[in-house]
Amino acid sequence: MVNMKINGQTVSVPAEYNVLQASRLNNINIPSLCYHPDLPAWAACGICVVKMENSPKMVRACATPVAEGMSIITHDPELHTIRKTVIELILSTHPNDCLKCGRNGSCELQKLAADYGIREQPYEVRLQDIPQDDSTPSIILNPEKCIKCGRCAQVCQTLQGVWALEFVGRGDETRIAPAANLTLDDSPCIKCGQCSAHCPVGAIFERDETRLFLNAVNDPDKHVAVQIAPAVRVAIGEAFGMEPGTICTGKTYAALRRLGADAVFDTNFAADLTIMEEGSEFVQRFTQGGEMPQITSCCPAWTDYMEKYYSDMIPNFSTAKSPMMMQGALTKTYYADQKEIDPKKIFSVAIMPCTAKKFEIVRDDNMQASGYQDMDLVLTTRELSRLIRASGIDFLTLPDESADSPIGSYSGAGTIFGNTGGVMEAALRTAYNLVTGEDLADVEIPAVRGMDGIRKGEIDIKGTKVKVAVAHGMANVSVILDEIREARKNNTEMPYHFIEVMACRGGCIAGGGQPYATTDNIREKRIEGLYRDDSMNVVRCSHENPEIKQIYTDFLGSPLSEKSHHLLHTTYQARPVYKR
Amino acid sequence: MAVADGTITFSPALNSFINEWKEKPGNLIMVLHKVQEEFGYIPREAADKVAGMLEVPLAKIYGVITFYHFFKLEKPGKYNIQVCLGTACYLKGGSNLVDELEGLLGISINEVTKDGKFSIEGVRCVGCCGLAPVLVIGEEVHGKVTKDQLPGIIASYT
Repeated sequence: MVNMKINGQTVSVPAEYNVLQASRLNNINIPSLCYHPDLPAWAACGICVVKMENSPKMVRACATPVAEGMSIITHDPELHTIRKTVIELILSTHPNDCLKCGRNGSCELQKLAADYGIREQPYEVRLQDIPQDDSTPSIILNPEKCIKCGRCAQVCQTLQGVWALEFVGRGDETRIAPAANLTLDDSPCIKCGQCSAHCPVGAIFERDETRLFLNAVNDPDKHVAVQIAPAVRVAIGEAFGMEPGTICTGKTYAALRRLGADAVFDTNFAADLTIMEEGSEFVQRFTQGGEMPQITSCCPAWTDYMEKYYSDMIPNFSTAKSPMMMQGALTKTYYADQKEIDPKKIFSVAIMPCTAKKFEIVRDDNMQASGYQDMDLVLTTRELSRLIRASGIDFLTLPDESADSPIGSYSGAGTIFGNTGGVMEAALRTAYNLVTGEDLADVEIPAVRGMDGIRKGEIDIKGTKVKVAVAHGMANVSVILDEIREARKNNTEMPYHFIEVMACRGGCIAGGGQPYATTDNIREKRIEGLYRDDSMNVVRCSHENPEIKQIYTDFLGSPLSEKSHHLLHTTYQARPVYKR
Repeated sequence: MAVADGTITFSPALNSFINEWKEKPGNLIMVLHKVQEEFGYIPREAADKVAGMLEVPLAKIYGVITFYHFFKLEKPGKYNIQVCLGTACYLKGGSNLVDELEGLLGISINEVTKDGKFSIEGVRCVGCCGLAPVLVIGEEVHGKVTKDQLPGIIASYT
């Protein structure tokens, strides 16, 4: 800790903090458009300038480390004027179209303009005339709105290690774009949408498909079946002023019914099913000497990354589809059969924390296992919360409703799929049972929990050690995978048997389609929410979910059966990092 | 690897230069200089190849080559006519030379003639203001150039 003065008041702050963090810790908010707690500070926007004693010039708070005896002034009339000028300058290259912008009401620039009372446009407005990039199914990049803060490029490069986006050009021609004048779809972009979740303005935005939902529920011939992902339930409340981590499962079901859904299911059911398939696949590899380690495949951004950067790992990838795709395939087969509904009339919708899921539903022919497009539409948590508001639904006073049968119930293991470590823990709970025929005495596995980017552990399955690793935040994955490549090259023992990967830091709870302003603090609260949902559940293991037992008896036969393979498993292929 | 990779060959000298600089910090700009020396610009295939050899993301290379005006993304003419537009040359009519060249060659600035022979480029001060206005073509510097001299200068390169 170091002692410093902020606006004359002596405070003690952690030595590794910068001035901006130190001020916010002491409840003094220095504004910023480029700084984000997830990312290194790089002093791009200039709004966080402060005065520092004994310094002839003002310094940028985000890029100034604290020091013993430092004395800074964060706010005074001169700083107010300077910040206002910076905002006016930014507005001179930003379209004045807030009313038609997706970030209307959640834009950080708009909020600053309001706080600083911007009433005039003193500088000539010069907009960049660069077309939108709407090449991916997931996100839309609108360079005209970009304020060059660089958060998107930083998150793409530093947190995700993808390098789809970079500053291109210089001066007033600077823009954020992929290399070589390519579109995002031709670039290494994995569609994770972290750029859209970190953009302070409306320059990168999820592809808004709420209209397709409204059209579907308005069509009397369509049977709209909706599923919600694990991570949605602990975050959607934030859009309505609730604490991060509040479990809103029942309210979300209720909201979807009021929006016109004919059936409301839960992706957690399919998460349990994924565990049955993926867990059985693991046990088969483990006991019968298959390709090791096994790597999880539920995350479409990760799958895309693997196919581009680590296609030599394809044999290690679990062939199990993601829960969303399993649920989609079953909605148009098993559910359609049971309810005697023509699958052609079913419109399947998934509410997801993720923009890559919009891409996953059309990624290849395996996504039409039912004979139809298994999933018709993906809406992000942010899109659903807009729909709820626009439909006049008071989310806070909604009753807690239940999901529909026969693909709606879930175990505690299914719900923790939404956070880093959760898929591994859920899989181990069931793998233990599959190997030993007994259940774990304590189903909670602390070794795989937490927020460290890479976590390693050893689980004892009756004397056999299962070595596992968990990685989240795409940039962390290479550490683990390079260990595998090394072991393979040297023909040494594989360091792991089972690896879980989630592209986004914290897992799906902090996916690219989740409510804005996600930080580690909020990630932890959402994760706590899912672990609470798990521990409140009487059924904690996927193999004990009665509807899971039912579907194997009535429909699938057994895990890895021919039917399971056809509906619930997929294939992968090496893809170039750049399509062109 | 990018699709385009493997479709370009670097000279042995360039390859050994890159290998020599491979592990050194700050190598990217050095290497790109050499690449441009060899090709006259940075072809996409060369950028892909450099990305592979230095294990640097392609986007980072494009960040650099679009930032510095020195690097060219398009192949210039066999004879790239650099017209100095630094302060002294500008005052002495450098931009008139550009206009005249555009007329004579039938191309705009930063374009290449159809036969690939000539291109026109405006450059910052080349450091011989006493000779303003100045043209640089390859290694040759033409000083105190007047409009009337331009047809003759062009003819000398054909």
